[in-house]
Amino acid sequence: MAAPAESRVHAIEATDLVRRFGRRHAVDRVSFSLGSGDCLALFGPNGAGKTTLLRLLAGLLRPTAGEATINGAALRSDQDARRNVGLLTHQTMLYPALTARENVRFAAGLYGLRDPETAASEALALMRVSDRAEVPVRSLSRGLQQRVSIARAVVHRPRVLLLDEPYTGLDAAGAAALTGMLRELRAAGAALVLVTHNLGEGLAIASHAAVMLAGRFTRFDDATALDAAGYGAEYVQLVMAAEGARG
Amino acid sequence: MADETAPGFGASAWLIARKDLTVEFRTKTAFFSAMVFTVLGIAIFFFAWDSTAVASIDLAPGVLWVVFVFSGLLALQRSFSVEQSDRAMDALLVSPVIREAIYAGKAIANLLFICAIQLIAVPAVALFYNLPLGRPLLVLLGMAWLTAVGLVAIGTLFASMAVNTRLAELLLPMLSLPFFVPLVMSASYASTKLLAGRPAAEWWPWLRILIGFDIVFLVACTLAFPFTLEE
Repeated sequence: MAAPAESRVHAIEATDLVRRFGRRHAVDRVSFSLGSGDCLALFGPNGAGKTTLLRLLAGLLRPTAGEATINGAALRSDQDARRNVGLLTHQTMLYPALTARENVRFAAGLYGLRDPETAASEALALMRVSDRAEVPVRSLSRGLQQRVSIARAVVHRPRVLLLDEPYTGLDAAGAAALTGMLRELRAAGAALVLVTHNLGEGLAIASHAAVMLAGRFTRFDDATALDAAGYGAEYVQLVMAAEGARG
Repeated sequence: MADETAPGFGASAWLIARKDLTVEFRTKTAFFSAMVFTVLGIAIFFFAWDSTAVASIDLAPGVLWVVFVFSGLLALQRSFSVEQSDRAMDALLVSPVIREAIYAGKAIANLLFICAIQLIAVPAVALFYNLPLGRPLLVLLGMAWLTAVGLVAIGTLFASMAVNTRLAELLLPMLSLPFFVPLVMSASYASTKLLAGRPAAEWWPWLRILIGFDIVFLVACTLAFPFTLEE
């Protein structure tokens, strides 16, 4: 399903995106677009293709067919366009031997920030992990590692942020810090794609909501008009029907 | 919001190299294993050596290059495995750093790592096999450095290819060793003639071949590297 096509340049645009692994379609003709300040909450059962879709959008995977662009540029071929993108995946993407500060400062350096030290301090403070900044990441709990990983993903204040299960391992304070930061990024014009299994968390932030089953978008809604309870019931029915069909 | 320009090639490469060296400095796992392997290898060859049958000057270059190549493989193995544990490589790939700069950064860190091993291996071989000290030893260090450049150029590329496979430890030597042959051959011919006290005219052509290989491999491997990152 697709959001209405417009002539202006979208923050994120996927057009008939397909990714096959062998004969299996992980992503199958997905089309959608998001403007600045939009947030898509993407729901779906395990193996639906959500992570593959994020990796396609981030330029980490080459599509079998179709195209994904960020601010009108294909990330795989446009090196400069990548500086506007932040990515958070299941893995922390951190170096366990380095401290939290060193990890975030390294990320800031990769994006060519003028003052990586200050940017790293600000990002760590935003995720309320400044007091552990000098601790090697391998000594941090999973939740604190997740906070550092989020700080790494947003240190360059990306215009497009792709998040795969960002709330995993976070305690209430961490989750609140993340929600606050995502709202702030949206208000500043960033477009977000948020993959989550938690409908409440997703719908609380999102402007759009999509359900992905077997590599396809089966629903694409305006999240602001949704009734969370009703949407949740329909989502469960959709997933159960898909699981039943799969046997 | 991100409005800075993407870092340049040199800055990105050095940033990645410095990070790799910091990680190695903290863990020291690869350096110590390479060092132990180097000293043990030289010592084992020494105790198996019959000095009445083979002159030290004939044996020492062979020992040096064998130990050097295999300890270098330990360094190269580590190069991309540090990116794998938590998929830190994805963070590099999604950043605006160009792929060739990632290769250059990895290669710089590997080169410095291998040079640190050489600084111990070359004097150790000289000590065990009573090699002439002074100028020949300095020239030998220069040859070792040139060999390291070629070794790193090839090894960094193949380490990137092998790291995503289940048999990475086996695959890296299998892929790399055939390409190391021309480097090691040139280096051993040149060093044998150098240590035997032959005139520079006899070993210099081998060094030129070594330099030629270095240039070819550096250029070819840098250009090939982005293709090893495709999933």
